[in-house]
Amino acid sequence: MRDIKGVTPKLETRALDLFYGHFHALKQVSVSIRPRAITAIIGPSGCGKSTLLRVFNRMNDTIPGVRLSGEVLLDGQSIYSRNTDIQRLRKKVGMVFQRPNPFPLSVFENVAYGPKIHRLANSGDLHEQVEASLKQTGLWDDLKGRLNASALSLSPEQQQRLCISRLLAVEPEVLLMDEPCSALDPIATAQIEELLMQLKTQYTIAIVTHNMQQAARISDETAYMLLGELVEVGQTNAVFTRPRDPRTEQYISGRFG
Amino acid sequence: MPDRTRLIGWLLQSLTGIACLIIVAMVVIIIGNIVIHGAGKLSWEFISQAPRGGMALGGIFPAIFGTAALVILMTIAVIPLGVATAIYMHEYAPRRSRLVYLVRLAIQNLAGVPAIVFGLFGLGFFIEFVGRGIDRAFYGGRLLYGQPAIIWAALTMALLTLPTVVVATEEALRAIPETYREVAYSLGATRWQMIRRVVLPQAVGGILTGGILAISRGSGEVAPVMFTGAAYFLPDLPTRLHNQFMELGYHVYVMTTQSPDVEKTKPILYGTVLVLLLLTFTLNFTAIMIRAQIRKRLRSER
Repeated sequence: MRDIKGVTPKLETRALDLFYGHFHALKQVSVSIRPRAITAIIGPSGCGKSTLLRVFNRMNDTIPGVRLSGEVLLDGQSIYSRNTDIQRLRKKVGMVFQRPNPFPLSVFENVAYGPKIHRLANSGDLHEQVEASLKQTGLWDDLKGRLNASALSLSPEQQQRLCISRLLAVEPEVLLMDEPCSALDPIATAQIEELLMQLKTQYTIAIVTHNMQQAARISDETAYMLLGELVEVGQTNAVFTRPRDPRTEQYISGRFG
Repeated sequence: MPDRTRLIGWLLQSLTGIACLIIVAMVVIIIGNIVIHGAGKLSWEFISQAPRGGMALGGIFPAIFGTAALVILMTIAVIPLGVATAIYMHEYAPRRSRLVYLVRLAIQNLAGVPAIVFGLFGLGFFIEFVGRGIDRAFYGGRLLYGQPAIIWAALTMALLTLPTVVVATEEALRAIPETYREVAYSLGATRWQMIRRVVLPQAVGGILTGGILAISRGSGEVAPVMFTGAAYFLPDLPTRLHNQFMELGYHVYVMTTQSPDVEKTKPILYGTVLVLLLLTFTLNFTAIMIRAQIRKRLRSER
């Protein structure tokens, strides 16, 4: 297993190629995601960063015509082997989407969805579990009085926090974030970023963002992608101050993208 | 030529307006005629008693009861079958599946089949084939299910209304944003867990719409039940699935065509038609209220 600075990676791809039909979306991508840290994946639109994120919880499987070769490992185990239990994989490796997408159900039912389908709690504990998950995202104090209100009545920021609570309630290990702040205003973005900083002490986080400032602010490691290739990956500080590849330098200095 | 243009404009406006008026007028005439002639007949006795005196006296309670029982049995049969079909087609079948194409073709054709053909099919298939088969297998050939019965009428009617339910359910499933399915999967849900807790609760409104349409169609059709279970007059209410039953639409049909004394039965005829209309409207209205209630609960309270 290849380590960065002596740490065993939580997630890893080795020589990963991915095709949508004839389109070569990921080219020989080898990347390691450190546990309990935030890894930012940056790059211009269409560079394959969301595709890479969706490799880790096999959400690309739902798209017809996707082919993939190379290795993808979670804790050193392949997640594309024949006996991979996809439901269990997705329970461990959860995802937060671009737009807040709570179910059109109550606040409580949204968070309770995961524990219910995975039978993590019997009904007595369910309430505690919902409470704990809402506390983790700082929603509990605001919402404890309206757990039965529709999730759609919340503000966009609260909705995104609720989506994170809903994910935390399934007790995942890895959080994949696909531009989770792109539908939020700057203040809400700052608050979600603060939340991610807290969450990284317990979870491994990979975040796709087109906002370089965001990557610089919150991530420990940064991976830069361009046209399906992983151009550069390393400590965020190093990538932003001393990029090794001229293409990375061009991108972060704002010459394109 | 501005004068001519203006004249054409005025003419078109008038013609289209008249077209609308004709529709309204027809509805008013039909309903008005029925209400005027039938309202006098409406009484507690009329809706709570059986016909007497060669259909010229008494009420039409058995026909009301039979229609309600028919519609309920039909709904019990058509909703699960229709909803399951739609779920398979929309949630399980692979895209561009040949089976789905065939099913869709079959449903479209089913929707175009005249009601009387369903009646004949019910007679040939349900009564002669299935019913006789049951009698032979379980009752030693004694004639029980192999004759017109409410169960066969209800199943025939269910077949007639199946396309409505399938199409309405599919519409409802299509209206559910893909993102909810994606989220459910991303949380580790299996396909059935996704359908059960995400898709179905949101589709309930659409499924009920299908049910409403099926009920209003089913309670008004006569042709499918005339060979399969409806009877002109019965002394007893149907209590078993293999009993025959009286039905409002069929009652109207036989009273208009077979009555020995048309003048005497005319008021009853009008009253019956009014009751049939009221029953259909009430069923519709109830279903619409249930649907509104469920939608409201889904949107806000829960």
